[in-house]
Amino acid sequence: MCLAIPGQIQSIEGAEMERTGKVSFGGVVKSIMLACVPDAKVGDYVMVHAGFAISVVDEKEALETLKYLAAMDAVPENP
Amino acid sequence: MDEYRDADAARRCADQIRRLVTKPWKIMEICGGQTHAIMKFGLDEMLPKNITLIHGPGCPVCVTPVELINKAIEIASRPDVIFCSFGDMLRVPGTHRDLFSVKAAGGDVRIVYSPIDAVALARQNPDKQVVFFAVGFETTAPANAMAVYEAHKEKLANFSILVSHVLVPPAIEAILSSPTNQVQGFLAAGHVCAVMGYTEYEPIANKYRVPIVVTGFEPLDILHGVYMCLKQLEEGRAEVENPYARCVRREGNVQAQKLIRDIFCVVPRKWRGIGEIPQSGLGLREPYRSFDAETRFGVAGYTVEESSECISGIILQGIKKPVECPAFGTKCTPEHPLGATMVSSEGACAAYYRYRKIKRDT
Repeated sequence: MCLAIPGQIQSIEGAEMERTGKVSFGGVVKSIMLACVPDAKVGDYVMVHAGFAISVVDEKEALETLKYLAAMDAVPENP
Repeated sequence: MDEYRDADAARRCADQIRRLVTKPWKIMEICGGQTHAIMKFGLDEMLPKNITLIHGPGCPVCVTPVELINKAIEIASRPDVIFCSFGDMLRVPGTHRDLFSVKAAGGDVRIVYSPIDAVALARQNPDKQVVFFAVGFETTAPANAMAVYEAHKEKLANFSILVSHVLVPPAIEAILSSPTNQVQGFLAAGHVCAVMGYTEYEPIANKYRVPIVVTGFEPLDILHGVYMCLKQLEEGRAEVENPYARCVRREGNVQAQKLIRDIFCVVPRKWRGIGEIPQSGLGLREPYRSFDAETRFGVAGYTVEESSECISGIILQGIKKPVECPAFGTKCTPEHPLGATMVSSEGACAAYYRYRKIKRDT
């Protein structure tokens, strides 16, 4: 139930507590509350739960994690 | 997103885990969404035999006490009420029936995607009382708080919420301080931490000497979390680590936390199968008390004993596995659940039933 789905912001309207936006989830567009992600811009990915954006996806961190996971094979453990 | 489901990378991660582990360890994933993913992708079967994943109490549907289900049923049965809920809650058995049977008997019970949709229903139906069943962990709290904020701002006198909000850190402490505790490390629920951050977990890791790893929901996220947790255990460390940094910052979402604090305050909560845990939930703060459905519909004082046949309390604490329950798959199935862990797709029993059934049958 605590699942949050990443979606890309297509447009933003309103400000502060009334801030909402159109967010695309793989092509399905929904109106989402953006009140708690004030720094999110059009084009950013946000994690959305129950119609509410709870966090902005950090692209740099996402790539870092993938790089780390890709390198896992190369690092011998307990040599 | 697909990158986090790459089968080769998952195998590499599992190989690393095999090379790392020298002794048996027991790790608990808190969140029901992670339990579901572990069963669905067979992640537990990729791990060495001496690594046990214990499935924690992080499914709000599963830990909502029977008495609250009964209250929901009573309110939803009223002819002047539109009762709104996330879909999972409708099949949870109360003492005599569930919310689906209320709907079948003509009650206006609706599944909504967001509590904000319930506020819109209140706006459109001024002659009806619209009640939202506000269950959930910290992840869901900002959306529920926003619904109350909007209803208060618009002075919507026909909107209220039936609150059953629970918090993760007090549950972790309850598990760790139990004399029967077996958990040696935790995978913290990534999206709870996206909202709350993970500073609350640092004193817990320190006090109980357990590693806590903030973990996401994709198969690779989970294996990565398991790997980091085991690495700490093998090295004798007990820290909070965050490999889910693409979604979680240490301080969390401070705007969302402020919204939660403005509307809710911390209260004791009863957990299904576990009992009351002090300071383990959220209730409406004084200026917003008028939005409390329990008071509005006069069901506040009502309590009920739970069925003794269902051992979900023991399952939720990780003391027993679902298959060790005598009723599992016989008297208790997803079609006829005895308890909530068999109802929700995120419940440990339902996940076992769905993904391990074939093996049991052969």
